[in-house]
Amino acid sequence: MSWMRFLRRNRYDSELQEEIDVFLAEETAENIARGMTPEKARRQARIKLGNPQSVREVLWRQNTVSMVETTARNLKYAVRTLARTPGFSLMAIIVMALGIGATSSLFTIVRSVLLRPLPFRDPGKLVMLYEHYRQNNGGDGFNAVAPGDYRDWRSQTHGFEDMAAMRGYGGILSGVHSELPEVVQSAAGSANLFPLLGVEAALGRTFTLAEDQPKGERVVLLSWSLFQRRFAGDPSIIGKQVHLDTIPTTVIGVLPSWFTYPDARIQFWLPYAQTFSESDYGIHDGHQSEVVARLKPDVSEEAATREVSALQYRVHLNYASKPVAEDVWSRPMIDDFVKGVRTQMLVLLCAVGCVLLIACLNISNLLVARSAARRKEVAIRGSLGGSRFALIREQMTESLLICAAGGGLGLLLSLGSTRWLAANWRNLPRAESVHVDAWVFTFAAALVLITGLLAGLVPAVTSTGKGLLTGLQESSRSASGSASRARLRNAMLALEIALTVMLLVSAGLLFKSFLHLRLADLGCRTDNVITMKFGLPEIQYDTSDKVVRFHDSLLERVRQLPGVRGAALVSAPPGTGPQGDRVFTIVERPAPSYSLQYDAMTLTADPQYFKVMQIPLLRGRVFTEGERLDNTHYIVVSKQFADRFLPGEDPIGKHVRSGWDTKVENYEIIGEVGDTVYDVTKPLEATMYFPILSGIPDRTSEATIVAWTSGDPLTQSMPIQRQISALEPELPVYNALTMDQILGKSTASQGFAADLVLAFAGLSLLLAAVGLYGVLSYLVTQRVSEIGIRIALGAQRKQILCLILFDGLRPALLGLILGLTTSLGATRLIRSLLYGTAPYDPSVIAAVIVTLLLIASLACIFPALRASRLNPMQALRTE
Amino acid sequence: MRKSSEPQNEMLKGTLDMMILRTLVGGDAHGHTIAKVIERTSEDLLEVEQGSLYPALHRLEQRRWVSSYWGASENNRKAKFYRLTAEGRKQLIRETSRWRQMTRAIGLVMGEEGGAQ
Repeated sequence: MSWMRFLRRNRYDSELQEEIDVFLAEETAENIARGMTPEKARRQARIKLGNPQSVREVLWRQNTVSMVETTARNLKYAVRTLARTPGFSLMAIIVMALGIGATSSLFTIVRSVLLRPLPFRDPGKLVMLYEHYRQNNGGDGFNAVAPGDYRDWRSQTHGFEDMAAMRGYGGILSGVHSELPEVVQSAAGSANLFPLLGVEAALGRTFTLAEDQPKGERVVLLSWSLFQRRFAGDPSIIGKQVHLDTIPTTVIGVLPSWFTYPDARIQFWLPYAQTFSESDYGIHDGHQSEVVARLKPDVSEEAATREVSALQYRVHLNYASKPVAEDVWSRPMIDDFVKGVRTQMLVLLCAVGCVLLIACLNISNLLVARSAARRKEVAIRGSLGGSRFALIREQMTESLLICAAGGGLGLLLSLGSTRWLAANWRNLPRAESVHVDAWVFTFAAALVLITGLLAGLVPAVTSTGKGLLTGLQESSRSASGSASRARLRNAMLALEIALTVMLLVSAGLLFKSFLHLRLADLGCRTDNVITMKFGLPEIQYDTSDKVVRFHDSLLERVRQLPGVRGAALVSAPPGTGPQGDRVFTIVERPAPSYSLQYDAMTLTADPQYFKVMQIPLLRGRVFTEGERLDNTHYIVVSKQFADRFLPGEDPIGKHVRSGWDTKVENYEIIGEVGDTVYDVTKPLEATMYFPILSGIPDRTSEATIVAWTSGDPLTQSMPIQRQISALEPELPVYNALTMDQILGKSTASQGFAADLVLAFAGLSLLLAAVGLYGVLSYLVTQRVSEIGIRIALGAQRKQILCLILFDGLRPALLGLILGLTTSLGATRLIRSLLYGTAPYDPSVIAAVIVTLLLIASLACIFPALRASRLNPMQALRTE
Repeated sequence: MRKSSEPQNEMLKGTLDMMILRTLVGGDAHGHTIAKVIERTSEDLLEVEQGSLYPALHRLEQRRWVSSYWGASENNRKAKFYRLTAEGRKQLIRETSRWRQMTRAIGLVMGEEGGAQ
């Protein structure tokens, strides 16, 4: 057997034909020479040659690779069979395409995000270190690190090869003449961060130790995207200056384009220590940093962390009155990176897996039904000597063909959908690293094979099984013969429906919690409100007077704008995420022990903020215009604050002692207002409002103006921006968002997951309905004569209707019960994605039951009606 | 599923290849000539069936023991000629010695003096 010969069989065959002709001619010539008549000579020659056809056949087979030959024949046969029922085939292919496409897409994303190692040197050895408080106040127990703690860990422990610190930062970038200011995200990293990660600058260099000091020379590393975008990729920028927050800073290097850690939006990096004042660089009670550490080859993560943790406990004892954590926790860097999306992704992956499984079962079921119709054919072929293996292989070819066609189509689909998913999945880390590669093709091919085998094996094995004779003897009248096959079909249908129910329940729960989030009460006005953030540069606005003057004139200008019904200033509007918090004591209450450290979120607001945002005043009063500059030792607290720290007491007149300004001072509580939500997915947090009109540069120079408008708030965006630049032409504004947008932004990723799971559940519901309908219709045609006899013997049409309907609904009910039971376990997986609903939400479960029964009845009613309208005479005649 | 178009004389199968190779030692030849030569040299004791001749020729060609080309026959017809390759020559030597051993062994068993020479 050789491939060359196999592929050129036709040429060999015609050559042989010629050879045979030559032989005949020679033989004839010889015979004539012997004295035969030409006719006899030719006849004798033919006799001598024998059957030329059989010679050709022998040679043909000799040149044939038999495996390929049979496969090709099976394929041709399968194509013909499928083409006979184009509706079924198209449906099946589309179903598989959707299943395989969606699964491949999610696999691509999961692989790129969760499984592919981080692009650093020896990434398996990288871990992140966090502080952990034994008195855990919510969260996952992994808390940001104080710079003082990090420096102690680094200098006094030896379990890690090295550790580096970094923190998120922001900044206003402008040219040396303050031109083209823009507000961008940035980050700060210690000098050893890049060497630790194994990252080298694409141009220039990274930070030196001398630069990584609070008073070090001002330098900046640009990200590749900023370098390309703002500096047009011109390498001469290295060594030149830019302004960062109006401070002249030298550009020393550009990071490589692939370095988008920890966030692709980060535009530049500063030396870590330069983001602290000299006194703050050593503190143990201000937490904002993340610590990356590299394991030594011979020290386990656990042992190394234990050493750091022991040191931290000593630090904790030294600062017993301050919020200093007792322990240190670590986790691998990759886990740290994907913690936000892991569950969501796994849920989606399970969901598409379920859809794929349902699709498989569906095709399998339809094939079983169809194979029953071909029982006689199979039986005859079997008794003529067709081997069971050959018959199974032939039927499997059919299901594999469906899956291969579906897989090809699905792969095309997934190429598009992967890109779409990566682009639209909010907060997806490493989204930029998602791309389709050879692995995805392999995965899709494997899926095709598995699904093809899965879908084809059951029908193929059962239809070619025992009893060829019974198959031949069995007439269509003896419906009882297929009882075991009916049971198999019912079991598969029930399984399919159970999976659908599981998906429906999950989708329902996710969707309900999404709705819950969308309709969440932020605790304030959300319609017709525009917000806009700005940060006054501290170089120009270095005194309280200057800051307050700016705030005052801005408020005055904005309030006079037509269409603005009210305007106010706040450090951050509700729904924009956690703001900094601050520890304090209450003068009228005994000082808390460390473990009961008081701690509340800190906001700043102007006197009109509560009125503009419709935050209800519960007790006391809010700030007055007169309470400004030095006369500002007053605070307003939220209801949560009063309930938590002063339960059962009137908070008005009590004093909070806190280091809000430069030193620790007393602040009188003058009012209590309703709670607002900082993140709709998180519980309420106790909040203190300090007066923004104190004008303390560091505390109040960054502010958000909120304006309540009479019309569409977005139309006010430009007028307000113009007022700001009228006051300070080079001051950029950012996050110009309506409250609705803020709310939408924080719920978008939940909505995305809910939408996807809902789509998958809808798809599987459709599939289950199609399966139910297809199988039942088939069952009815198979039982035509039985039904005919029943009707002829006097069965009422209604009885027939019920009989068939019940036949179809039985597996549906069974599946429903099975599905509800298993979904109790399955929804545990999505518990962490739910808000405001429990895994056993009765309304969702009721909705699922009703939907499923409705769809199942719909799928069953048509075959049942058809059965009840049978004409008995005709039915009995059909054989 | 096997059809019975295999050579009826199983003994011939291995030996046919050998005899074809042997025939080609005398020079290139086409199928008809090869069959004729074998029949004549065996004093018409052996009759080469065309049903096995052509498959055998193709098999030999596939194993590169013979090569083929199209040429003109004695009667000036276009015919496919086969030529013994160097590889085929070696094979012929191997086959011949194997054949000699075999016939000698059989001869001994059958009680002929000193084998069947």
